[in-house]
Amino acid sequence: MKNLVVARTGNEAMAEAMRQINPDVVAAYPITPATEVVQLFASFVADGLVTTEFVPAESEHSALSACVGASASGARVMTSTSSQGLALMHEILFITAGLRLPIVICLVNRSLSSPINIHCDHSDSLASRDSGWLQIFTENTQEAYDTTIMAVKIAEEALLPAMVTTDGFIISHSMERVELVDDKEVPNWLGERKVKYSLLDLDNPITLGALDLQDYYFEHKRSEIEAMDHVLPIIDKVQKDFGEKFGRHYSIVDEYRMDDAEVAVLAMGSTGGTAKVVVERMRENGKKVGLIRCRVYRPFPKEAVLKAITKSKVIAVMDRADTLSTMGGHLYNDCRSLLYESNVKPLLKNYVYGLGGRDISIEEIEGIYEDLLAIKKTGKVDKDIVYFGVRGE
Amino acid sequence: MKKEKKGWREMPIGLVLEAGTSKEFETGDWRSDKPIWDAKKCTHCMICWIYCPDTAILVKDGKIQGIDYHYCKGCGICAEECPPKIKAISMVREEK
Repeated sequence: MKNLVVARTGNEAMAEAMRQINPDVVAAYPITPATEVVQLFASFVADGLVTTEFVPAESEHSALSACVGASASGARVMTSTSSQGLALMHEILFITAGLRLPIVICLVNRSLSSPINIHCDHSDSLASRDSGWLQIFTENTQEAYDTTIMAVKIAEEALLPAMVTTDGFIISHSMERVELVDDKEVPNWLGERKVKYSLLDLDNPITLGALDLQDYYFEHKRSEIEAMDHVLPIIDKVQKDFGEKFGRHYSIVDEYRMDDAEVAVLAMGSTGGTAKVVVERMRENGKKVGLIRCRVYRPFPKEAVLKAITKSKVIAVMDRADTLSTMGGHLYNDCRSLLYESNVKPLLKNYVYGLGGRDISIEEIEGIYEDLLAIKKTGKVDKDIVYFGVRGE
Repeated sequence: MKKEKKGWREMPIGLVLEAGTSKEFETGDWRSDKPIWDAKKCTHCMICWIYCPDTAILVKDGKIQGIDYHYCKGCGICAEECPPKIKAISMVREEK
């Protein structure tokens, strides 16, 4: 199949994906740096390129609430937001997941206030990691486009909501080469959303989201946990199917030159792309370094991450957010927990970096690899958690 | 007989229940005061029917028939809103 090659920013690519998906309902509220996604989509609505019912809401809380109602009626529903917008949706995130509504959010990662900042870190999505949403972090514009399309299918099959993230400005506003799937192929591949219940099915009325006290709340939560436990094979299947059909292949955890890597960086989002360049450079000089990129973050791909991190002796776990728990970043805590029962235990060093959009350069990542190689020699991690690139350390 | 509670595997996905389960809720047993309707005084103006938050005023062919004590919580709004010159509803202490 011949794909159309275009130049698009991350936001434009996500909007294109939404145009091709042609959701039944989009309800949204603008916020930097995600504004463009919905702004462009609104112009597609105005130009008659989609048949979507577009609801410009008065806040993100209302936007996601409108999405919940629409999704419960059986519609295919999408929205987009960032940072404070996601924080304002927080209450409804849990409701969406509890009601098992497969809404997809195009999320552009941006730091949470305070201090107010519009640039990239992962504090917004990671603050929502326990809400029961699937979280997929993308590395570049192409991946953002492809994953947005795949997320619809994954969410509807798993009956769970999904957020697909790009790094604010780094991906959302950077122009890259993107291959688009043919307009007709996307709806063909996705098919219609199939629902068992609908709020608009008057012949089979239902009660949705009733009060659920000591007698049934726990059972409902337990079944939600079970759903999360079955998601990874669904993601795997959808990604394989997408790859076979459209020629671009994705994995749950991306391993790059890991087979003989003595030390490795584990990261999420665009930093994965930067680190790949570093890996190539250092490999040319005979240094055995590798990269692991956690693409799916929720549910946490335990087995795939464990398999990847135990291939190397020393791992730099890169967190673009801090838990403020004095225990380091989110990914670092997940990895430490993962290694508790593992016989093979690589040394871990947590690099909390890039908060508020502070850039991380090729040279800096090369420096991190050099650190790891030194740790491998001594067998000792000098400091478990470092705040990388901050002044005054 | 007490119904056996379901385990999580037997429940429908996504907090879905059959419709209309609130009909089984006997909210009448919350009552501490009970409205007594006087058929002789009532002019069938329907003000109590409009105000009743539990649709517990029974109506047939445009005429009030009485109060549905299965659902009436005894809030007293009907007695309060019944026009002062009519006073067809009075509240009495609930006794069982």
